[in-house]
Amino acid sequence: MIEAEKIVKTYGTGAAAFTALKGIDLRIRDGEFVGIMGRSGSGKSTLLYQLSLLDFPTSGRVLMDGTDMTGLGVETCTQYRIANFGYVFQDYALLPDLTALENVALPLLMLNRTRQEAYRLAGEALSNVGLQEKLRNRPNMLSGGEQQRVSIARATAACPKVIFADEPTASLDSETAERVMKVFKGLHGRGQTIVMVTHEEEFLHLFDRIIRLQDGSIAE
Amino acid sequence: MGVIAMRLTSLRVGFFLAWRQILRSGRGTSALIIVIMTLTFLNLVVVNGILVGLVQGSSQAYRTQYSGDVLITNKSDESFIGRSQSVLRTVSGFSEVSSVTARYVSGGRIIANYRTKVGITERPDIVAAEIAGIDPDDEDAVTGLASRVVEGEYLDGTSEREVLIGSQLLARYTEGSVPGEEGLPDVEVGDRVRVAIGDKTIEVLVHGVVKSKIQAVNRRVFFIDRELRNLLGRTDLNVNEIAIRLHEGGDPYHVVDSLTAAGVAELGDIQTWREAQGDFFEDIETTFRLLGDVIGTIALVVAALTVFIVVLINAITRKRYIGIMKGIGICGNAITASYVYQSLFFALVGSGIGLSLLYGFIKPYIDANPIDFPFSDGIIVAPVPEVLGRVVALLVITMLAGYLPARIIVSRNTLKTILGR
Repeated sequence: MIEAEKIVKTYGTGAAAFTALKGIDLRIRDGEFVGIMGRSGSGKSTLLYQLSLLDFPTSGRVLMDGTDMTGLGVETCTQYRIANFGYVFQDYALLPDLTALENVALPLLMLNRTRQEAYRLAGEALSNVGLQEKLRNRPNMLSGGEQQRVSIARATAACPKVIFADEPTASLDSETAERVMKVFKGLHGRGQTIVMVTHEEEFLHLFDRIIRLQDGSIAE
Repeated sequence: MGVIAMRLTSLRVGFFLAWRQILRSGRGTSALIIVIMTLTFLNLVVVNGILVGLVQGSSQAYRTQYSGDVLITNKSDESFIGRSQSVLRTVSGFSEVSSVTARYVSGGRIIANYRTKVGITERPDIVAAEIAGIDPDDEDAVTGLASRVVEGEYLDGTSEREVLIGSQLLARYTEGSVPGEEGLPDVEVGDRVRVAIGDKTIEVLVHGVVKSKIQAVNRRVFFIDRELRNLLGRTDLNVNEIAIRLHEGGDPYHVVDSLTAAGVAELGDIQTWREAQGDFFEDIETTFRLLGDVIGTIALVVAALTVFIVVLINAITRKRYIGIMKGIGICGNAITASYVYQSLFFALVGSGIGLSLLYGFIKPYIDANPIDFPFSDGIIVAPVPEVLGRVVALLVITMLAGYLPARIIVSRNTLKTILGR
């Protein structure tokens, strides 16, 4: 379970200070598919970064399964992230020097899996998103939708507790976006906790719950 | 995961990333870095090796062209080596001895152009020289003097009133010398010159010109020994120098000890070829070695800066990917290690190519064709342990140069780098 308690995030200091999150309280249960929505600048990505431990709040706490994660060191958070979280970024964020298989295997290697095991699990994850034919392709040889599916395979290969996705369909055409969202739906169907930032209303029906942000606060 | 396991995993993942980046990044950039590394290695080893080789070549020339392995000279308060013939017999009795040459040596003057400069205001050309009397065959066996003849011919046992004249005594070989050091003008092979020793003067024919790497040889005039002996009135057959060449691998210190034990030290000064050179060569070798180290250090700094800049630019260009890797949980140490591995790879390949060039081409070539320096046949001194030490220095400095910029970028805020800020 992820809990946020009175999260405030302020960027800059003095007159230039800007508060992106204004005391957010929320709770995400295991197995939930939560959508974070809101207008541009409403603070939805900022909230995702705090929940996924990519950034730390100015005040307030983030708890993972009851453990306060705020104030932990960078390396501790990195280790926690790789063991528990998967990330899907808007622009896929694949490493250009690695093949699809290697991109997916990389976090598994960091989890101390052997090369063979990492490649096997990566291959399975890529098969799950329909890319079993593209294992040896590097990102520049894949379409946008394929790259995003590789990104999802990378996020899921190590069976993380939570997948955080930041506008994963924003760079895709509607048909490809729908295919990608189907992958997420399938993951959720298998009990995966997913927290997704999106501004695309047509996927509302997929979410268990929507958190709407407005000017750094939860609107409803 | 424990700290050690985490570190090992980081090294493993770092290698995984580094190898793929090397294989798949721009070939041109990689080739350029490798060329820089190779040149740095050569600068580090070859420049130093040539500087040291210059001195060692000169030192070796002293041995092979003048002193032999062991040199016996008259004591400073004596005008010859006492009981020289007995000493020569003793020397010849040692099994290590390959060849021996005995020299009569005296100060003197060479007078030239005395037939053409007859005007009342004209004076013949005169230059001070050392006059040496030798057995041509013995001298050639020890110092290879015959091969130093650059004009005319070498002396033979029948040469009467004929001399070899050292190149430093002739103006055409001393152009640019300091005033007072110029040689005799207009003296060619076949010309007659006068040799004056004390109040005795003899007219001789210039039979040849010798040019050696050793200035002491170049400032000598060589007679057949019996002729100079007659001129000096040295009827006791006592000589001034005995140069001894040993068989390959012979120990000059052992011969010196044996000669000392035989009482020769009472009759003359016995020195190995190194001792005979005095401290000069050692001092100059130390100086050149230091100079080579300074140049090598500059090369290392240049290599370090090159790698630093290349890695920094690479890391800045890939800053976002570094952020993403950190974001998905790849620890900073693994990312840093990937850059260190890449630096290490370039240094290893550069050093490997440099080593191949050095031992496969440059050194054999220069050994076969020494660089013709005025006072030395320049060789490259590159003993394997010393060269490997320099390779290690290059590797360490390169790894450090790769580590620092990677660490700088990796330690930046993860989110900011992901967002490209």
